[in-house]
Amino acid sequence: MFSKLGARLESVQEFEKTPVPATRWKSWRSFLGMYAGEHTAGTEFVIGPLFVAHGVAAGDLVLGLLLGNLLAVLSWAFLCAPIAVRERITLYFKLEKICGKRLVTLYNLVNALMFCFLAGSMIAVSATAVGIPFDLPMAKLSDWLPSGVGWVVTVLVVGMATTLVAMLGYDQVSRFSNLAAPWMILVFLAAAIAVLPELGVSDAGDFWSVAESKIWTGVPIEGQSKFGFWHVLFFAWFCNMAMHIGMADLSVLRYAKSWQAGFASAGGMFVGHYLAWLASGILYAVFLQKSQNAQEFAPGPIAYYAAGVAGAVCVIVAGWTTANPTIYRAGLAVQAVMPASKTWKVTLIVGLTTTVAACFPALVMRLLDFVALYGLLLMPMGAIVFMDVWIFPKWGLQSNLAALRHLHWNWAAALTWFSTLGACVFINRAFGVEIFFLGLPGWFVAVAVYALLSYVFQKKRA
Amino acid sequence: MKKGIFHLLRALGLVLTLLPSILVFEGSITLDTHKTLMLLGCLAWFGAIPFGKRSDADD
Repeated sequence: MFSKLGARLESVQEFEKTPVPATRWKSWRSFLGMYAGEHTAGTEFVIGPLFVAHGVAAGDLVLGLLLGNLLAVLSWAFLCAPIAVRERITLYFKLEKICGKRLVTLYNLVNALMFCFLAGSMIAVSATAVGIPFDLPMAKLSDWLPSGVGWVVTVLVVGMATTLVAMLGYDQVSRFSNLAAPWMILVFLAAAIAVLPELGVSDAGDFWSVAESKIWTGVPIEGQSKFGFWHVLFFAWFCNMAMHIGMADLSVLRYAKSWQAGFASAGGMFVGHYLAWLASGILYAVFLQKSQNAQEFAPGPIAYYAAGVAGAVCVIVAGWTTANPTIYRAGLAVQAVMPASKTWKVTLIVGLTTTVAACFPALVMRLLDFVALYGLLLMPMGAIVFMDVWIFPKWGLQSNLAALRHLHWNWAAALTWFSTLGACVFINRAFGVEIFFLGLPGWFVAVAVYALLSYVFQKKRA
Repeated sequence: MKKGIFHLLRALGLVLTLLPSILVFEGSITLDTHKTLMLLGCLAWFGAIPFGKRSDADD
């Protein structure tokens, strides 16, 4: 059995340094399932309730999610996917050509760390469901540290199982997501419908008044900040900023037959980031009503109350379907730093790091802030790729500069990255703009700085 | 034939997942019955998929 598994692992071929051949291209349906599975995930059991905790009003949520998710789909379709099918290489290899090996090494390490934390939060969410039969004490909204030995052991078991699946490569990840997605989506929906009577909804006509008065009331829970329409819109748009505007999904969409596969992200946005966020918000509102606004925050028991064992299984599976591709992506990022290493070995190391991070509940409780930070940190490189592929050829500037001039460190790209993040910190400190909104001005800063610096550096060398 | 049975089982899994919640909403069944039916739906869905895939390949 072990020799078979070993042979399977050795044969995993992910085209890290070569364009994906036509024989391996996948139709948009493959991406629809992958996106729907990936974005109907463990995070949805956290983000929906956190909107409730932050006092979002019902109208702000419905409209904010509609527009924010639409902007996210358009970002995938018009920014990321066209470059993915044109280049058909991973983001990391593309950045190596533009930025040089040393800068990409730094980027990859930051990237891999962020992916590890994100996957870690998913493993933690799964663990809240695995821990139900053992009556594990669950973390509170204000908790940062592990709640006990039982929690740590549960996380280790879930983390290792997730890592094993991720080690088997993209095909296995895609297959697992496709397999579970339709069922998971219906569990979210069913669980929410089943508990509506407990909130006082006896027919469909009652829903909106109950939504405004008992679910998304516009009043935050004690100790939580207030969120409004713009928070919801920008969060929905930018929560996957690293993937679309930041171009991390070049690594996934390079398998697509055409750029229109970018629209398949709608499967993830309007099912996972709309329907599932609303559904999980409803479940949390029932929990708050029953527990008289308890501070405990554990998606597993919340889903178990509404849907029984199937609900708990859904939380576990939902955590897996996000953690798997995220660990896989982190593995690709680290492998770009250590190209001689086997994919599965790198994924194993990344999976272990992720599992350790998952022991800390802070990753779940501060998920909204973390997700926004993660997108913001990686976004400037997406702006650099965008300029390098589409704009530089038109302006007579050199694309893939590092590859052509054998540079290890492209200063134009490096200074763009650092100064963009510096500008975002300045905007945050000087004008009090919250982290959720910084991605938009940040992208324009990155584009302008990269164009200016590239012009200066390239003309000086010419 | 085998393929049809597994497709049917998968569809039954999805029906058993969603339909009970609507019946709870209408007051026809209790929340506990809904949970039991959802578990059966879960078993039908995940139980039928591996065999269904294999029989698809056989065809």
